[in-house]
Amino acid sequence: MELLTIDIAHVLAGALLLTSFMLLYQDRLSGLINIYTLHAVILSLSVAWQAHYQDAPHLYLTAAIAAIFKALIIPFSLRRIIERLRIHRTVEVIGGVGITMLIGIFLVALSLVVMLPATASADPLAREDIAFALAIVLLGLLMMVTRRNAVSQIIGFMSLENGLVLAAAGANGMPLVVEISVAFSILIAFIVIGIFLFRIRERFDNVDLFELDRVRGGRS
Amino acid sequence: MSSDLFLVSNALIAIPAVAAIAVALVPEYRRSAVINVCASGATFLFSLILLIVEPESGGYLFVDDLNIVFVVLSTFIGFTTSVYSASYIDHEIETGRLTSTNVRFYHAMYQSLMCAMNLALLASNIGLMWVAVEVATLTTVLMVGIYRTPHALEAAWKYFILGSVGIALALFGTILVYMAAEPVLGQGYDAMVWKTLMSQAPQFNPRMLNVAFVFLMLGYGTKVGLAPMHAWLPDAHAEGPTPISAVLSGLLLNVALYAVLRFKMLLTANAAAITPGPLMIALGLASLIMAAFMLYRRTDIKRLFAYSSIEHMGIIAFAFGMGGPLANFAGLLHMTMHSLTKSAIFFSVGHIAQAKGTQKIADIRGLTQSQPALGWSLVAGVVAIIGLPPLGIFMSEFLVVSSTFARQPLLAVPLVFGLLLAFGALLLRLTGMAFGAPSPDVGEVKASMLPLYAHLSLVLIAGLYLPAHVVTWFQNVARLLG
Repeated sequence: MELLTIDIAHVLAGALLLTSFMLLYQDRLSGLINIYTLHAVILSLSVAWQAHYQDAPHLYLTAAIAAIFKALIIPFSLRRIIERLRIHRTVEVIGGVGITMLIGIFLVALSLVVMLPATASADPLAREDIAFALAIVLLGLLMMVTRRNAVSQIIGFMSLENGLVLAAAGANGMPLVVEISVAFSILIAFIVIGIFLFRIRERFDNVDLFELDRVRGGRS
Repeated sequence: MSSDLFLVSNALIAIPAVAAIAVALVPEYRRSAVINVCASGATFLFSLILLIVEPESGGYLFVDDLNIVFVVLSTFIGFTTSVYSASYIDHEIETGRLTSTNVRFYHAMYQSLMCAMNLALLASNIGLMWVAVEVATLTTVLMVGIYRTPHALEAAWKYFILGSVGIALALFGTILVYMAAEPVLGQGYDAMVWKTLMSQAPQFNPRMLNVAFVFLMLGYGTKVGLAPMHAWLPDAHAEGPTPISAVLSGLLLNVALYAVLRFKMLLTANAAAITPGPLMIALGLASLIMAAFMLYRRTDIKRLFAYSSIEHMGIIAFAFGMGGPLANFAGLLHMTMHSLTKSAIFFSVGHIAQAKGTQKIADIRGLTQSQPALGWSLVAGVVAIIGLPPLGIFMSEFLVVSSTFARQPLLAVPLVFGLLLAFGALLLRLTGMAFGAPSPDVGEVKASMLPLYAHLSLVLIAGLYLPAHVVTWFQNVARLLG
């Protein structure tokens, strides 16, 4: 029984990781939002399973926040935003999908190599969940670096944040998980409102967040 | 005794929180500016009580010698900046750059920022500290974008995204610290509270702590503005209102640094974990040298001083990375002096930009003739920041350099190289702006010089004579830092 419980948790965390890979190569914004919805649903299931396994009722609240806020409200408002901004048919040019996927695989390997020995003494469930979570966080970062469009960068950030919630839920009996997921939801709400209010679209199209010199140009 | 103190430390959080609501309800901007000044002043007075009453802690707050230094410094600069901000905002409303609704929002955010920073400094557990740092980031993002120009929005957006990635990484590190502590301290709050964490640190899984520290260093290091995660800092300083540049450089960078220092202490307590020093030294030197080179090509006055902040945060991270009583003492002193001096520089820069109607260095000339008071204070500020005697920064930089020479002479070479580079760059820019034929003014500025003079005289006094109990106090903290 114990083994089955752990297996189910791993299947869910693994599915979350696979969905992160799907986000990496998806070049249509509407497709990206659909995959993000799937990401959030799997996260919610995964957190709910942790709540069941750890017998921690407060985690059900985190799962509910993930389901309602991330899988319903956020995709709905993002879809409306890209329609209003008339970018819902945009096909983004992503350079080198093959290389990005290879880097992604490398990052997953890296997080396993780093996390598994470090957590050797921890609970077997928490141990592999945290390795998966780190991989999801790193893939989210990779997505933010490879994308130019503000909406896809946001989706990258939200997938990164899902990885963090998975890690926090996986840490046995960690307090403040609900508070932290609420704090993150507020942050994300701000980001989404920001995109909408300030029509952030082309203005940041050529902003590579980690290489700012080009934009700085005349006003250094 | 402890209940008194609990009241005091709660007041440090509650006053700004109540004031934030109060200013949001007051429609008239002059009155809200007065409330802003009074609330910041009251917070500062309460922080002084912490100096007298023996520190003891309870509940979700925690006071020890280390965070008292940070709290007193940040409430003091918060207070002087609120005085400065009142006259700055007056001018912005007269010239129509801000509306009174903007200002209402601005004041509410200012007090929320003070509240979040005090909470981050006093929080007794690592989760609450993380939430407070996140709130502080959000409020400053909103203030940076307040002018609503394309450049301001872009700066706010960049700051937002990089800051969010930073705090996300910091959260991952926080979770890992909990997971390292949980087998020893058991499930629940105990494994997140500083006090129990510090006392049980030697038994934690060292490999887990190592991984955690890398994330915490990168995460909170982004907020400190260390290279290569500094990209948000110059934009945020240049495009927001100048009082916010002063608060960012003088306070928020320190708060993030405080988080790094706390976790550094945790790792130092565990003998089997990596020593956190070398990582901090590497990031510190990288920031110092990168920023020193970048200073030469700046054309915007606020960006110039923003890069100078990166440079100094590099020096401070370097000093704390070196560790030991002397280097820690130097780092603390340098942090205090830099906060005071840099905010004073931003006070004068804000009024200068208002008087000249531009932030372009090339269009600002002959300040000492056209605006003698502002011009000479800028000269004094820059002379202080580049580390000329007899001012305070000279002393702290001298201590950093000499303690490095004594222990790691090879590291002193890049350190001194970076310091000299920055010295040259700032002096070069200063002579262009301060002397020569003056460029025309676009308007009259009713500058409030009091906060500026207060900061500069403190820096001068510290350079000439450090009172004995300040020295012993800093020495205690330096010992605490290990």
